[in-house]
Amino acid sequence: MAQLNDSGHANQHVSSSDHHDHPDMEEMRTFGFWIYLMTDVIIFGTLFAAYIVLQGNRNGGPGPEELFQMGGIIASTFILLTSSYTSGLAVLAMHKGNRQALMGWLGVTALLGATFIVLEVNEFIHLVHEGATISTSAFLSAFFTLVGTHGLHVSIGLVWMIALIIQLAKHGITPVTKRKVNVISLFWHFLDVVWIFVFTIVYLMGVR
Amino acid sequence: MTQHDMTHPHDAETQGSLKSYTIGFLFSIVLTIIPITAVLYGWAEGMTNTIVLMTAAVLQFVVQLIYFMHLREEKKPRYNLVTLILGLIILLVIVIGSMWIMLFNMVAT
Repeated sequence: MAQLNDSGHANQHVSSSDHHDHPDMEEMRTFGFWIYLMTDVIIFGTLFAAYIVLQGNRNGGPGPEELFQMGGIIASTFILLTSSYTSGLAVLAMHKGNRQALMGWLGVTALLGATFIVLEVNEFIHLVHEGATISTSAFLSAFFTLVGTHGLHVSIGLVWMIALIIQLAKHGITPVTKRKVNVISLFWHFLDVVWIFVFTIVYLMGVR
Repeated sequence: MTQHDMTHPHDAETQGSLKSYTIGFLFSIVLTIIPITAVLYGWAEGMTNTIVLMTAAVLQFVVQLIYFMHLREEKKPRYNLVTLILGLIILLVIVIGSMWIMLFNMVAT
């Protein structure tokens, strides 16, 4: 019965705070992270709104058709999609209690994430060489802020994932590391979703 | 009654299976290839193009939510779903509101 009502009674448990069941606390923390993700939805929402509104204001500078090289962008889209899948496989391995496979899949995910970041940095360097900097036009300011914020999230996720792999190597699969793996895989899927919209709205609609 | 419900292991809510992850992955691959080919081969123009691209993106969002984030398997007080809906409402108000005011403003143009 207690098991059954875990998430339902979690609130009362925490507010009475006399006895915290571990599964309940970890579940509450996961939910807290979910709320953070929703605030991130709002941040990206405002950045998307700014981009959509400003994308026509080129100030005589280059537009998306001349700037974007779709080959690299499509490659990085599939890389991020695959990394979302491998972070799911990491969670699966964790539920099976297989620490080696869990750390392996997290490593693969981090590697794919790093490749994504390298491609993105290369793209930004290419843009700056073309004379398209963040201060060239309103379109480019909005572009660099939106895409750069996503890239920053991925970079933070990378550091976090490497730290988590070290923790897993030290402590193994405990309720705490379990929750952390769940949370980072949520974060990673979320970043993939954001990228899908960046890819669609900025790149695909831009070159069209 | 309770016995029946408890046959599931405790953390079944976020478990998923290799099959469901793989299905989700294949769906998202297909939903990425469709808009890419639509753009590269110029299937549709203007508004139709926008609708095709946005539909593919939103479907992919749903696929990720269901197959990767396991939103459907949440237990009864569905706080995750409710906060997600709140977040999406704010998102849509910001984006659609900004577009409405800034792009379709008949007074300024």
